[in-house]
Amino acid sequence: MRVLALDTSTSAVQAALVDLDDDEQFLISFRREINARGHVEKLAPFIEGCLDDAGKRPKDVDAVVAGIGPGPYTGLRVGMVTAAAFADGAGVPVYGVCSLDGIGGNTRGRALAATDARRKEIYWAVYEDGVREGEPQVCRPAELPDTGADYAIGEGASKYAGELAVPAEAEPVYPDLVKLVELAAPRLLAGAAGERLTPMYLRRPDAQPAAS
Amino acid sequence: MNNDSSGSAEPVVMGIETSCDETGVGIVRGHELLADAVASSVEEHARFGGVVPEVASRAHLEAMVPTVQRALDDAGLTLADLDGIAVTAGPGLAGALMVGVGAAKAYSLATGVPLYGVNHLSAHIAVDTLENGPIPEPAIGLLVSGGHSTIMMVEDLAGKVTQLGASIDDAAGEAFDKVARLLGLPFPGGPYIDRAAKEGDRAFVRFPRGLSAAKDQEHHRYDFSFSGLKTAVARWIEARRLDGEDVPVNDVAAAFQEAVCDVLTRKAILAAKEHGVDTILLGGGVAANSRLRALATERAEQAGITLRYPRPKLCTDNGAMVAALGSHLVAAGVSPSRFDFPANSSMDVEIVSLADRL
Ligand SMILES: [Zn+2]
Repeated sequence: MRVLALDTSTSAVQAALVDLDDDEQFLISFRREINARGHVEKLAPFIEGCLDDAGKRPKDVDAVVAGIGPGPYTGLRVGMVTAAAFADGAGVPVYGVCSLDGIGGNTRGRALAATDARRKEIYWAVYEDGVREGEPQVCRPAELPDTGADYAIGEGASKYAGELAVPAEAEPVYPDLVKLVELAAPRLLAGAAGERLTPMYLRRPDAQPAAS
Repeated sequence: MNNDSSGSAEPVVMGIETSCDETGVGIVRGHELLADAVASSVEEHARFGGVVPEVASRAHLEAMVPTVQRALDDAGLTLADLDGIAVTAGPGLAGALMVGVGAAKAYSLATGVPLYGVNHLSAHIAVDTLENGPIPEPAIGLLVSGGHSTIMMVEDLAGKVTQLGASIDDAAGEAFDKVARLLGLPFPGGPYIDRAAKEGDRAFVRFPRGLSAAKDQEHHRYDFSFSGLKTAVARWIEARRLDGEDVPVNDVAAAFQEAVCDVLTRKAILAAKEHGVDTILLGGGVAANSRLRALATERAEQAGITLRYPRPKLCTDNGAMVAALGSHLVAAGVSPSRFDFPANSSMDVEIVSLADRL
């Protein structure tokens, strides 16, 4: 089964083709650029590039997997609408996976995965041997509760390393598209119905009701 | 073209529009409207008294694919029947535009149907072809909405459109919203002001006509300004209340609306006359205003100018207008856009489509 995987929940604009066998995933082609404002320009050409590299055409894609955040909304939405529209256009199902799981899912021990939520905040979740505990949250780095994590990874961790109570990886880590496909594999292999993708916003829109 | 062997080459084009608070998907064949599906988030914005960009963007993402499916169902077509996919690339709200642009690129990529990133303003002009047929060129376009108040010269709808004038501050539609609020009328203000004004006296008080003084004729001959008008209405209402008197809502609405329509139509007619153009196209959400239509009709007639406008539903933002422009571009043989174009919130009027350029 050939899967198009996309994630735009961080400043990494990412696309990949991943082959899924029963319990194995193979990365076939991959495009990534760290460009926080480039999602809408870069993503479609990246998908084209991934298909070209693999010598494949859009109709060779059997399913689409997309990171659904949490992530800064404007960029996140580009990836999600691209995934949904590509799937609709190609007549294949689309599945959503929490983008943070693409980071935390690869960790061992007790880890804090954190991405940059802008406005001096981070999106975060705690992972025990790669399994997330609870729902992702958003807060200022200094306001993190005691998570008991041994270390922190992700763009939010490296950016705010100085404010975190746990040691952070110096290099930012971005959601791993192969991991996202692995996490969606049970649904993919079961031929589950495609999903209506709903972003993990975690914040309400900023707006004040008009005073009349 | 996906036509039968009859040889007629009327392009079938889907248009996607997400520049503000309407998720619009329209489908046309040549000048024929096949579907016009719109999902609006206007009610979600009402309690904020204006369009909240983040609320609009969230609604676009939710509505995008279902609205495309609805448009295709309404038209009785599949994506494989399309000769082109057109999308508003700008101007508009950046985050909102990106949802439509992202979707259009993905549909084009998945189906192989050529993509056209187009200008929202030219699309407002093109929509008239769905009702009244091909546009005589040159023509003057008067676009009035919550986002724009623009006089355009359309020499070639497929590529040569220039701006003669525009609002230097608020768009006319914004002024309607703000004055409606002052009068205690709901959002969006246009339809409510229009209704109230029908019961009011247009000459009740004379509100200022922005940029209409002799000194403005050199630098702002075809430009508009509505923020002074809004302030004048606010001051008038305040003074009235300080005097302990009731505010005659219908009369104020009528007098305000008259000031807006007077200056819009006067300048559009002037532009047509001075450029030797005999057709004016009226478009944008405010073009649904009954007084604007009546006054424009009256003055165009006096000036010997043909006035064209589509039905109100096609004046507001919708996908049909984008499809109409796309269909015109396909028929004119304009090159499709590359997949790397951005959503451009301040896209220049003169860029009709992003063919072969960035
Ligand atoms: Zn508009």
